[in-house]
Amino acid sequence: MNSSRLIYLDHAATTPLDPRVLEVMQPAFADTFGNPSSFHTVGLRAKELVAEARASVARLLHVREDEILFTSGGTEGDNMVVVGIPRAARVQIRQQCGEEAKPHVIASAIEHHAVLEPLLSLQKSGEIELTIVPVDREGLVDVEAIKKALQPNTVLVSLMLANNEIGTIQPVADVGRMLLAWRKERKTAFPYFHSDACQAAEFLDLNVEPLHVDALVINGSKMYGPKGVGVLFLRRGVKLEPLVRGGGQERGLRAGTEHVPGIIGLAKAFELAQAEREDECVRLTVLRDRLVDGLLQIPKSRLNGHPTLRLPNSANISFLDIEGEAAVLYLDAEGIMASTGSACASASLDPSHVILATGLSYEAAHGSLRFTLGHSTTQEDVDRVIEVMPGIVERLRRMSPTNLDMKYFL
Amino acid sequence: MPDASSPIQSATNAARQGDVVGVGSSAGKGWFYADAVKEHFFRPKNFMQDEAAYGDAAMGMVGSPACGDAMKIWIKVDPETERITDLKWKTFGCGSAIASTSMMSVMITEDGGKTLTEARKLRPQDIMERLGGLPARKVHCSVLGDKALRAAINDWYRKNNRHDQIQVEQGRIIDKVLKITDHDIEEAVLDGADTLEKVQQKCKVGTGDPSCIPEVEQLIRFYMEKFFGANSMGA
Ligand code: FES
Repeated sequence: MNSSRLIYLDHAATTPLDPRVLEVMQPAFADTFGNPSSFHTVGLRAKELVAEARASVARLLHVREDEILFTSGGTEGDNMVVVGIPRAARVQIRQQCGEEAKPHVIASAIEHHAVLEPLLSLQKSGEIELTIVPVDREGLVDVEAIKKALQPNTVLVSLMLANNEIGTIQPVADVGRMLLAWRKERKTAFPYFHSDACQAAEFLDLNVEPLHVDALVINGSKMYGPKGVGVLFLRRGVKLEPLVRGGGQERGLRAGTEHVPGIIGLAKAFELAQAEREDECVRLTVLRDRLVDGLLQIPKSRLNGHPTLRLPNSANISFLDIEGEAAVLYLDAEGIMASTGSACASASLDPSHVILATGLSYEAAHGSLRFTLGHSTTQEDVDRVIEVMPGIVERLRRMSPTNLDMKYFL
Repeated sequence: MPDASSPIQSATNAARQGDVVGVGSSAGKGWFYADAVKEHFFRPKNFMQDEAAYGDAAMGMVGSPACGDAMKIWIKVDPETERITDLKWKTFGCGSAIASTSMMSVMITEDGGKTLTEARKLRPQDIMERLGGLPARKVHCSVLGDKALRAAINDWYRKNNRHDQIQVEQGRIIDKVLKITDHDIEEAVLDGADTLEKVQQKCKVGTGDPSCIPEVEQLIRFYMEKFFGANSMGA
């Protein structure tokens, strides 16, 4: 209300479309509108564009073109992997481990809902065995904990590259190496290793070789590309039962006419993000640290996540005695857009599973606010948040009947 | 089609079809809550600023089972007329909780104040209606204030040695093994559980004593209708 400039600090939710991306997408809506499966000129042109996009994404991931599948986004990619791999492995596991054996999957406690929900559903229906490995106070997974959870029937391990809520960057390469050694020792192809890299695509090197992953998911909407389009890298030889069947597109693993403008846009966005990532990381780290330092001046506050192993754009802070949704609405009235892990703000009325998984109290999750910076963020924006936040916390605390002590942060 | 004429009902329907939306005058304007909710949220009325001055006022406090929120209410009552002349509150909760308590404080104290008997009859639905509706998953927030108020009324009777007037809400035990009452089921429904399975996720009812399940299902239907209107089941 006081400042006319809108300050968007919710880039982990989604990013605006980069005008350079829009520019390359536009012709594909009306001019090159063809169906890549058709044999005429318009169809062929569309097919070429999709092929170019595939080649570009493959180059950036350092993989082969036929290992790139286009999907409708991060959620679909994650579902394809965590449902499709155990299903495809069913028979083999039975042959190797006995008639009663089911595929076993390991996932970290802070995986995205797009990974956890389908896994929980498969566990419930009796299709898989599931082990959820915990994280420490900083949100880090322990490689040893994953190693201990491995079983002869483990077909898949899922660990995100960086967490969307608290920004903690996971030791994916270490887990990848450990799994490689395990497989070699036992002369087996299992378990496959999957990583959701949606939040990381803009900031980390996504060369999949050193990560030793067999599947990796990214999407357009978190890196200034279009929504509704994503990429699944699936290593050659990995068997996956498709979720969407039909006309045999994407190697028969994901049917449906290609979203040509989206695919072109995603490839461009990924190219830009990777080209500009190092400079942007340096710029955002400075701004993020300024924001964190400023906000931690407020009494009874705490930084959630890891102090250094975190995405350069991510700040998640809990304030005791206030409820996050109310704070988000007060911030919004000041033109500042942030998000919260509060139970009140979630559709299920459950507090953030990520913050709870780090061992923090329910109360701390309740008062958590996430600010995620991006291209548009300036130092003025950060200073404006630092300026208005104490007043908002103060106002909400005056209305609050609780006066919790710091032990809720221990 | 469910009856969409009441504001609560239409808020409920809207919230179930798309995601949460405001209703009434703010519908379509893109703000999460209706205008009245916004007004009470950003400019809350009657919130407690000086607890010391209310040291001997009657007080009620509740916590929300749904999301761990807390609320406190203080009332001052004219002993002659038994009208509530002053109501102050504090809440640790979302925008809906703040707005509903604020609206309730206005409804209780306006026009000279409601009598204790009248105040006990105030229903969460009345508060929601004055607010122009709340999204379905926020209905339970308006129940908070109502409960805290009734606790404060009891406290007033207690302080005035009128113990016969105290109304304790003791739930009826439904699941004898797990000692789950009808209140627990009511709270689960308010918490968004609209099927037996979801209610069981929240309170495990019937897992120890399956014979109570038909009654539980009946109660779920009853509370769904009470809070979300007729035909809301399976919508
Ligand atoms: S108080 Fe938690 S949702 Fe309203």
